[in-house]
Amino acid sequence: MTESATAILTLENIVTYANRHTPNQTTILKNLNLTIEAGEFVTVLGTNGAGKSTLFNVIAGTIPIDGGRVLHLGHDLAKVSPEKRAQFLARVFQDPKLGTAPRMTVSENLLLALKRGQRRSFSPRRLKQHQAGFKTLLATMGNGLEEHLDTATEDLSGGQRQALSFLMATQQRPDLLLLDEHTAALDPKTSDQLMTQTNQTITSQHLTCLMITHHLDDALKYGNRLIVLNAGEITLDVRGEEKSALTKTKLLEFFGRIE
Amino acid sequence: MSMIVSSIGQGLLWAILGVALFLTFRILDFPDMTVEGTFPLGAAVAVVSLTHHLSPSVSITLAFLAGATAGLITGLLYTKGKIPILLAGILVMTACLSINLRIMGSSTISLMGERTIFSHAFLAHLPRYFDSVVVGLITISIITGLLIYFLQTDLGQAFIVTGDNPTMAQSIGINTDRMTIVGLMISNGLIGLSGALIAQSNGYADINMGIGIIVIALASIIIGEVVFGELTLNQRLIAVALGSIIYRFVILIVLQLGFSTNDLNLISAIILALCLMLPNLSKSLKLDHVIQKGVAKHD
Repeated sequence: MTESATAILTLENIVTYANRHTPNQTTILKNLNLTIEAGEFVTVLGTNGAGKSTLFNVIAGTIPIDGGRVLHLGHDLAKVSPEKRAQFLARVFQDPKLGTAPRMTVSENLLLALKRGQRRSFSPRRLKQHQAGFKTLLATMGNGLEEHLDTATEDLSGGQRQALSFLMATQQRPDLLLLDEHTAALDPKTSDQLMTQTNQTITSQHLTCLMITHHLDDALKYGNRLIVLNAGEITLDVRGEEKSALTKTKLLEFFGRIE
Repeated sequence: MSMIVSSIGQGLLWAILGVALFLTFRILDFPDMTVEGTFPLGAAVAVVSLTHHLSPSVSITLAFLAGATAGLITGLLYTKGKIPILLAGILVMTACLSINLRIMGSSTISLMGERTIFSHAFLAHLPRYFDSVVVGLITISIITGLLIYFLQTDLGQAFIVTGDNPTMAQSIGINTDRMTIVGLMISNGLIGLSGALIAQSNGYADINMGIGIIVIALASIIIGEVVFGELTLNQRLIAVALGSIIYRFVILIVLQLGFSTNDLNLISAIILALCLMLPNLSKSLKLDHVIQKGVAKHD
């Protein structure tokens, strides 16, 4: 109890089903247990259908669980809606279209995300007062976003949109950051650039983060803990020096065994 | 001349309908059929209140509340009942038909001899048709002003993003169900209000006065967009009001050509269909290019 009370996130015996109450009911997550401590940057590997996205949806509360408990700082989240979880949780999606409001401008998107999880009232939004700060923030991404404060995000490139989504998720410090293959839809160069920036922000601000990736190189290079999800269970969980010692060959060997 | 003034007046009164539908059709991004029920509902509530000698302002307030209640029901059916929005709207619209008959007691009620908003001493002294221009202008200005303020608040921005990207809205802590319901309530409340004003302008409420009005409301929105092009959100609200006036002029011209008022629904539908097709038509006929060539400055 003492350990889990300090943990940012604790998943206890999580079970989820797909096609609930139908003959095709299948188990996605099978008694999954995971504890995330403050400051951990966890890369999540797994084959398609291993339950990585389900895991994120369970944490975010967008799909119901059929067994087990999700705890944030020791508090059970069973009755906490996805909107309420936004108070401590931020998320970047794989699809560039999902992370930003297309018809709203870059600064409007940033302002909306700045108030993530806060009560929104009838007070004026004060966009102008934030513009200068936003410009500085956008410049840190190094991809020209700062020139597009008043551009609708639908007119941005995929890379710019994902960079914006990342800024939106991190500008208001979250207890836990979920990155769902956020560079997967980008070309290799843009992807590398965003990944480097991601790593720099997470390490310099000591953010706690779970990052799904399909790139073994990224999973090895970044983060201080690595987990492998297979068929709804965590089959590998290494951290610290053990992770540093891990190589691509060993990982591939491991994947070969489970298949 | 009087026909033109009358068209402007009618355009301004009907503009409220267009602006109200803009909230759901363009901002929340779905077609809300409830409109066809809440418009006559507002008219029925207002007219019955007036024949019971309530003041015009009270009658209009009650019409707003009645419309908002219908919007609340559509919103609950959609968000909590998980009924597709088109069907949810049709259900409430159909239910309103019975409710409206219950409220009115008959299919038509005249306001002959009753005190309405147009009986105000100041309006009575204006030249013919100017009363609806004044009432229309004041109401649409207040409503547009309030909406512009609202949309620039934190809550208003949350409302906009709910329509723009619900997944993202939820991920930053916005209760999208609540925003959708609030939007449907405000929209249908305003539609009830516009029904109340139109009934007072016409001098009666009719059970069938809602038929085809979603097309009229859409026409003002689409005409505004086609005529005025790329605008900011605030400007788009004003464009809807202007679109409503243009629509009235088009109707005026069509009637002058010898069509009867019985043809109006057909004509409205044709106008709307044309306006909706225009962006694609102009692309395939290369009209854009021709127009741009004619309008563009030489660099």
